[in-house]
Amino acid sequence: MDFNFTEEQGMVRDGLSRLVREQYGFEERRKAIASSEGWRPEIWAQLAELGILGMPFSEADGGFGGGAVDAMVIMEEFGKGLVVEPFLPTVVCAGGFLKHGGTAAQKEEHIGAIVSGGAVFAFAYAEPKGRYDYADLETTAKKDGSGYVLNGHKAVVIGAPWASHLVVTARTGGERRDRSGVSVFVLAKDTPGVTTRDYVTVDGRRASEVYFENVAVGAEALIGAEGEGLALIELVTDEAIAALCAEACGAMKVAHAMTVEYSRQRKQFGVPIGSFQVLQHRMVDMYTAYEQAVSLTYLATLRLGSDERTRKLAVSAAKVGVGQSARLIGQEAVQIHGGNGVTDEYAIGHYFKRLTIFDSEFGNVDHHLKRHVALS
Amino acid sequence: MNLEFTPEEQAFREEVRAFIAENYPKHLADFGMREDMAREDFLAWHKVLGKKGWSVPAWPVEYGGTGWTPTQRYIWSEENARINAVMPLPFGVSMVGPVIYTFGSEEQKAKHLPGIRSGEVWWCQGYSEPGAGSDLASLKTTAVRDGDHYVINGQKTWTTLAQYADWGFFLCRTDPTAKQQEGISFILVDMKTPGVEVKPIKLLDGGYEVNETWLTDVRVPVENLVGQENKGWTYAKFLLAHERSGIAGVARSKRGIEKLREIATHETLDGQPLIKDFDFAKKVSQLEIDLAALEITELRTLAGEQAGKGPGPESSILKIKGTEIQQRLTELTLEAVGTYSAPYMGGVSNDNGSNEHPVGPDYAQHAAATYFNMRKTSIYGGSNEIQRNIITKMILGL
Repeated sequence: MDFNFTEEQGMVRDGLSRLVREQYGFEERRKAIASSEGWRPEIWAQLAELGILGMPFSEADGGFGGGAVDAMVIMEEFGKGLVVEPFLPTVVCAGGFLKHGGTAAQKEEHIGAIVSGGAVFAFAYAEPKGRYDYADLETTAKKDGSGYVLNGHKAVVIGAPWASHLVVTARTGGERRDRSGVSVFVLAKDTPGVTTRDYVTVDGRRASEVYFENVAVGAEALIGAEGEGLALIELVTDEAIAALCAEACGAMKVAHAMTVEYSRQRKQFGVPIGSFQVLQHRMVDMYTAYEQAVSLTYLATLRLGSDERTRKLAVSAAKVGVGQSARLIGQEAVQIHGGNGVTDEYAIGHYFKRLTIFDSEFGNVDHHLKRHVALS
Repeated sequence: MNLEFTPEEQAFREEVRAFIAENYPKHLADFGMREDMAREDFLAWHKVLGKKGWSVPAWPVEYGGTGWTPTQRYIWSEENARINAVMPLPFGVSMVGPVIYTFGSEEQKAKHLPGIRSGEVWWCQGYSEPGAGSDLASLKTTAVRDGDHYVINGQKTWTTLAQYADWGFFLCRTDPTAKQQEGISFILVDMKTPGVEVKPIKLLDGGYEVNETWLTDVRVPVENLVGQENKGWTYAKFLLAHERSGIAGVARSKRGIEKLREIATHETLDGQPLIKDFDFAKKVSQLEIDLAALEITELRTLAGEQAGKGPGPESSILKIKGTEIQQRLTELTLEAVGTYSAPYMGGVSNDNGSNEHPVGPDYAQHAAATYFNMRKTSIYGGSNEIQRNIITKMILGL
C-alpha cells in the first residue's frame, strides 16, 4: 500500500494552493458570489491554463493522464478556499460521462473544449420528486425519427447559469423507478425549448431549475446505450461523490484550523477559551472526525476502479462518514465561534454552509447508509 | 496512491496463514480473550511463537525481533485476528521488554528478555494506585534506599492478571521532595518477594482480571532499578507510547462484526432474520463504516512509521476510535443476542468446569460478560479523556 502523492500531484497541489491563497481570499470570494455573474471566469481560464481542467482525462482523450487521485487533490484545495467554479459538474461529471460512455465523436467534440476552458457543463439529474433515486425520473425522452424529444423539469442544477452545455438524464422506456429505460443525453443549453430559472444557493453557488419543453435533439446527443444509462450514472456519480468528499475534507480542515486559532485568540473570564478542557475535547473530536473523513475519502477514491459492489460500498461509506464529520465539524465550529460564528462577516459561517449543503448532493447520510446496508 | 499489498507482502501473508493453521492450539480456536481463561490458555500460543522466533515481532533483531516491516506486523496481527487468536500478553512483550532493551543494563537484558520471548515468565504492571489513575504522576508508593536494597511500601491497583505474575515492573517514588514527575523510579520486582500481596478484584463480568497489589517492606536489590534513579517518568512515558500502538484492534473488530452478522442471521425479529431489520442492519453498517475509516487511518499511520516517523500523538486517535468501536461492537452483539443475554454463566468456565448445559445459544454465552469487560477499554492505557488531552497539546497546540 502507498499513501504518497506523486511528484506531479504535489506540484498540482502547490500550484492550486497558491492560486487559492493569492487570488481567492475570503473577501474576493464574497464579492464574486454577490456579483451578477456569481463566479470568476478569469479564474476558470487560469485553471485551464494550469492544466487543471484537463488533469483527470487520459492523454488519448486530450487530457493530462491523471485520474481519481488527481481529482481528489484538486477538489481538496477547492474545498479549502470554498471555490465555486464548476469543476465538479464540468470535469468530473460531464467529463466522466464522456470518458466512460462517450463515442469518439462526442469525446472529440467536448473533451477538448472542457480542457481548454471553452465549455462549461452542468449535470441535470435531480428532479423535484426523485429524491436521491437516479431512476425515479419524470423527465422523458421520446424517440422521434433518429433523435429524441425531451420533456421534463430538473431541480437544483448546480452551475447551470454558467453552463454552455447540459448533461441530462431522462427516461426513454419502462416504468417510473425501473432500473432499465434510463438514458443520458448531452446538449447545448441554448437548444430550443430549454429554459431555466436561475438562483443563488445558500452556500454561495448558482443553480437553476431547468425545464425541457419538446426539446428536439439528434441521435448524437445520446451518451452510451439507450435505456441502459443507470450503471453509467452510478459510476460517474460515485466518482463525483469521491471528489465531493475531498472538497468537504478541504473545507473541514480549514474550518477546524480556524476554530482552533479562534479559540487561542478569543478571551473569556480573562483566559483564551482554548484553555477550557470542555472546548479542547470538542476540538479534538472535530480533528478525529476530520482524519476519519480523510481516510474514507482515500478509500472511496482508491476503490473507484474496483468491482461494482466494492466501489459502491466504499463510496457509500465515505458519503456517510464524511457527511457525519461535515455536520459535526460545521456545527461545532460555529458553536465555538460563538456569536461571531453566525455572522456573514466571519468566514467560518460560510464553511458551515458549504459543509451543510454537501450532505444533500448525490445522496445524504441516510440514503447512503441504506445503500450500504443493501450491499452488505 | 494505492491500497494493495505488494506481492512480497501477499506471500508473507500466505506464509503466516499457513503457520497459524498448522500450529495454533486447536482447543483455543476462536477464543480471543475471555473471563474464564486459565494461565496455560494465555501462554499456549506465546510458547509456540517463542520457539518459532515470532513472539516479539516488533523488537530489534538483536534482541530477538523479526525485522518485519510495520506492514508485515500489521498483516501478522490481521491473520491472528482472523481466527481470534489468544495473543501474547502485552506486559512483557510490548511494555517492559522495550523498556529493558532500551534503558536497562546488560545484566537486566540477559536475565529478563529470554523469559519474555519464550513466554515462560509472566509480567505484570504496577502503575496505577487508588489515588493515582489517570493522574499517574501523583503516585505515592515509595522506594527507600537501604544499603544495596530498596524498601518498597505502598499500594497499587488494577494490576492486570497479577495473580499469575512472576515479575512486576513498578513505578515508585524515590525522591519525595522533587516535583511530581521527577523523583519517580522504574523498578523490577520479583513477585515472590516477601511483603508482596496480591488480592483479586471481582469485576462486573464475574471474572478476576485485575488485582490490588500491596507492598509492605518489600526488599528489592538495587540492581533491579532500570536506568537512572528518579528518571522513571521518562521510561513510563516511553512505555505508554508503545502500549498505544496497535491498540486500534481493527482486525479483531472486523472479525467481531463478522460474528455479529452471523448471530443476527440466527436471531429473529418479526419472523425475519434480525439482520433483515433495517434499524439493526443500519447500526451494523454504521459500525463497519467507522471501522473502515479507522482501518485506513491506521494504515496511514503505519505508512508514516514505515517512512521513519515513530508512533506519534496520532496513535491517540487510534486509541479513542478503536476503543469506541470495540465498545459499540460488544454493545450491538449484546443487543443482537436479546433475551439470552441475561442468564449468568458464572465467572468460571462452564465448558470445562460444569456438566450443566449452558442456557441459550452458544453465541450468547459470553455476550454480556464481554460487553461488561470492554467498558475498561476507554479507561485503561490512559483514559480516552487523557488521549484527548494529548491531542490537544501535541496536535492542536492548545
